[in-house]
Amino acid sequence: MAQAITHQFEKNRALTVLKDLVSRPSGAIGLSLVMFHLVLAIISPYIAPYDYKLQNSYLMLSAPDAVHWLGADHLGRDVFSRTLMGGREALLVTGIATPLAVIWGGFIGILFGLVGGRLDEVLMRVVDAFLSLPWILKMLVIIVTFGSGTAVLIPTLAFFYGVPVIRIARAATHDVIARDFVWSAKARGHSRISIIWRELLPNVLDALMVEGAMRWSWMLLAFSSLSFLGFGVSPPTPDWGLMISDARGFMSFAPWGVIGPVIALSSLIIGINLTADALAKALGIDRAQKAPV
Amino acid sequence: MSSSSFIDIQNLSVGYTSRSQKIIKVLRDVSLTINRGESVGLVGESGSGKSTLALAAMGYFKRGLRALNGSVHFNNINMLGLDHDELQKIRGGNLALIPQNSGQSLTPTMRIGRQIAEALRLHSDLSQTAFDDRIIEILSQVRLPNPAALINRYPHELSGGQQQRVAIAMALAGQPDALLLDEPTTGLDVTTQAHILELLRDLARDRNMAMLYVSHDLGAISRVCDNVVVMYAGEVVLTGSSRQTLLAPKHPYAHGLLTSIPRLKQKELPVALDGRPPMPGEAITGCAFADRCALADDQCRTTSPPLTRLESAESIRCFHHDKIDQLATSSQKVKQRKAARKDTGETTLGLEDLAITYAKSGFLTQFLSNSPPPPATVDNININIEKGETLGLVGESGSGKSTILKTIAGLISPKNGGIILNQDTKLTAKVEDRPSMNLRQIQMIFQNPDDSLNPRHTVAQILAQPLRLYFQLSGKDLHDRSVKLLEQVRLGEHYLSRLPSQLSGGEKQRVAIARAFAAEPEIVLCDEVTSALDVSVQAAVLDLLNVLKKERGTTYIFVSHDLAVVKAISDRVAVLYQGRLCEIGPSDAVYQAPFHPYTDVLLGAVLEPDPDTAPTLSADDVVELSPPAKGCPFQRRCPKKLGEICENQTPPAQTSIQASNQGHVIHCHIPLKELH
Repeated sequence: MAQAITHQFEKNRALTVLKDLVSRPSGAIGLSLVMFHLVLAIISPYIAPYDYKLQNSYLMLSAPDAVHWLGADHLGRDVFSRTLMGGREALLVTGIATPLAVIWGGFIGILFGLVGGRLDEVLMRVVDAFLSLPWILKMLVIIVTFGSGTAVLIPTLAFFYGVPVIRIARAATHDVIARDFVWSAKARGHSRISIIWRELLPNVLDALMVEGAMRWSWMLLAFSSLSFLGFGVSPPTPDWGLMISDARGFMSFAPWGVIGPVIALSSLIIGINLTADALAKALGIDRAQKAPV
Repeated sequence: MSSSSFIDIQNLSVGYTSRSQKIIKVLRDVSLTINRGESVGLVGESGSGKSTLALAAMGYFKRGLRALNGSVHFNNINMLGLDHDELQKIRGGNLALIPQNSGQSLTPTMRIGRQIAEALRLHSDLSQTAFDDRIIEILSQVRLPNPAALINRYPHELSGGQQQRVAIAMALAGQPDALLLDEPTTGLDVTTQAHILELLRDLARDRNMAMLYVSHDLGAISRVCDNVVVMYAGEVVLTGSSRQTLLAPKHPYAHGLLTSIPRLKQKELPVALDGRPPMPGEAITGCAFADRCALADDQCRTTSPPLTRLESAESIRCFHHDKIDQLATSSQKVKQRKAARKDTGETTLGLEDLAITYAKSGFLTQFLSNSPPPPATVDNININIEKGETLGLVGESGSGKSTILKTIAGLISPKNGGIILNQDTKLTAKVEDRPSMNLRQIQMIFQNPDDSLNPRHTVAQILAQPLRLYFQLSGKDLHDRSVKLLEQVRLGEHYLSRLPSQLSGGEKQRVAIARAFAAEPEIVLCDEVTSALDVSVQAAVLDLLNVLKKERGTTYIFVSHDLAVVKAISDRVAVLYQGRLCEIGPSDAVYQAPFHPYTDVLLGAVLEPDPDTAPTLSADDVVELSPPAKGCPFQRRCPKKLGEICENQTPPAQTSIQASNQGHVIHCHIPLKELH
């Protein structure tokens, strides 16, 4: 019975948090943007008006019109169709890599937080040193060595974006383990596993969820940057980063090639950030307050 | 509007707009006037709106709050009509605020002198040389020792009491005509509190300042204030002179508050004020206090009583203030006697030569400096606790009382000495090595239920933890047992699905108590369990602990800094200073002469809500960071210090010879006869 109440309550909390989230303007706008992009990524192959690979040399860099809403690119491909499908690869890769990053970073961070003491101190300095290197340099080394397929990109992104999660998870763990309810559980004689699982994790998880959302938007940006540099998806697969890179040279006389993917990418990232913000507020872990002065 | 009063608040309502676009009132039509040189105390439970009112007096509203109607005048200036810059000139100048937590209100990276200089510069135009003299002058006004040296110190180098004095000094820098004090002594030790209050009292008198003193502590109010305003649910329910209000309160709420305060002279437990005040925004029909009032009738529940002025110059919001005497007699019956202690003579927990140390200097530093290790934080504690008794541990912060509890619970490992359970089992130092059976027998209740209950667990989950762990209960058994436990702490079954954030402070502590009793323990360690609660709730929690003890014969070790609370609940009391035992004995004996000099200082500093008693201040309120290496622990502050003997020799344990005071031991060099 108590178990039943527990479960019912956990469901209730998810529901209350969700309700709170969508009741906030930032949450409502953010979440609808994210949902819009996710739905689009799934259905775009079926609704795209043209084949994304179809080249038409008559249409090269032609301006938007009633037939090709966003014009055509330098190979005469329909920019609108390509924009619709340009987020699929990015969302797939980051959608898998983000949870992986949060899981491994969170696990290590909680572990460091629990171990504490000198070992934790030394290991965190290693993490700091690692974070001080520019991420793009580290990523390029991996990609140049192992190639740039999805099978390489997912673990690479997951690894590099999990490192900052360590910091967050460790800090959240430090906050929680000093509190009396952990001492109380310890004094009762609960096992270490039980204390971590029951007392610590539910409290750290909130922080990790928000951090995960933020990491997701960073990762999307990183993925697009890699594509822009030519290390992400390979042509002719449509991708916003790659599209911006391709159309960059013609921007002065054919700006439509850039506008579509730029709006798509930024709206998704803004959507994720707004959602993360509202989520932090809905979970009650947002400590940002208006300064009194 | 012009008025003769210095601070003049008329019909002020303050509120905020909720997310569902409803206007929620935190203050409802409050009027308050303070004349020059008058000090007014503002009392009420947490959430009654007293801090909001005090801040409104300086034209400040917390974020989201705004004045809905009414006026605030200070020195005939309309504070609600001023813009930011004009307000800034008055605040800190003519009108100064002393906040509750001064440690947090001082800038940690700025030296004391500069912080005060900053306040001075804003509100005066002195030359640079006159400036430094003025800073020193202000610091000596608040009776800080050696002010010239102090100006170069940082806030963290000062004790809590000294920080509070610096905050007062900063408030005085602008030469204010009025002071607003928001719980200025809460969180300070008793002796420090008494000193600060005397200081405030003298300052107000010497400078003819108007003071608004916000506090939940009626003892402090009785010491400082001429008049008292009692607030309940955002309304003023009683105003009158502090003498009238504290000796013969005419409002049932004020009466309830006063009876819920434990007193040193009282043998019974204080009477709890049941129920809880309405939350802001809750629909109130009739008198807001009707649900908790023994005098309430149908009229009270339907019509809201007006604030009427009595002949005795008091104003009161109650239909039945003439029947208040009935309340006094009826509540006499409810007074709970302390649970009688069964004299079993059986020791349930023995502390043998217990010593605990936090200070761990590194091997290298010790090797290089060749200095002896610092004295142990807690040393030489020998106490046998009998089955079914309540042992109170008192002392100021840093006396090691909580450390001892944590060591018994196995959360801190002692340096040496042993903890013997039921005369035969020596408990291991670490909680991980103790068998489940022994763990179950000792349970601990923490000071702050906000911190000791996991915010993500429901009450059902919280109670299930010990029940699953010790009794392997599950399913219906678990549920039934949880409900029974909640009933024992007087909470209903519907609380099972609540989260800690959905409970009031008192309810949270009840859940924490229920969790401790779920283990069916023999010994319950109570660490300042009532310190974070309102007085009315404190009385209810003490009552609950008393009832549970009567039913189950549980042994308590009750730690508190509040001597009156300890007196109310304990059979035996141990007074600790710097981790060393000063005095131990039956509670009646400890609270009577002969006293250990430290007990004497502590008892002298206790503030009671009685205008006729004044605290005696015998020792200064310096806080010591570590115990002395040898001799008496209290040597540096003792007002009765004999001389070198106190510094070099450990004081002998002197046993009281009176038969009634069996087991009364005082550790002091001064003969018992002279310890009066």
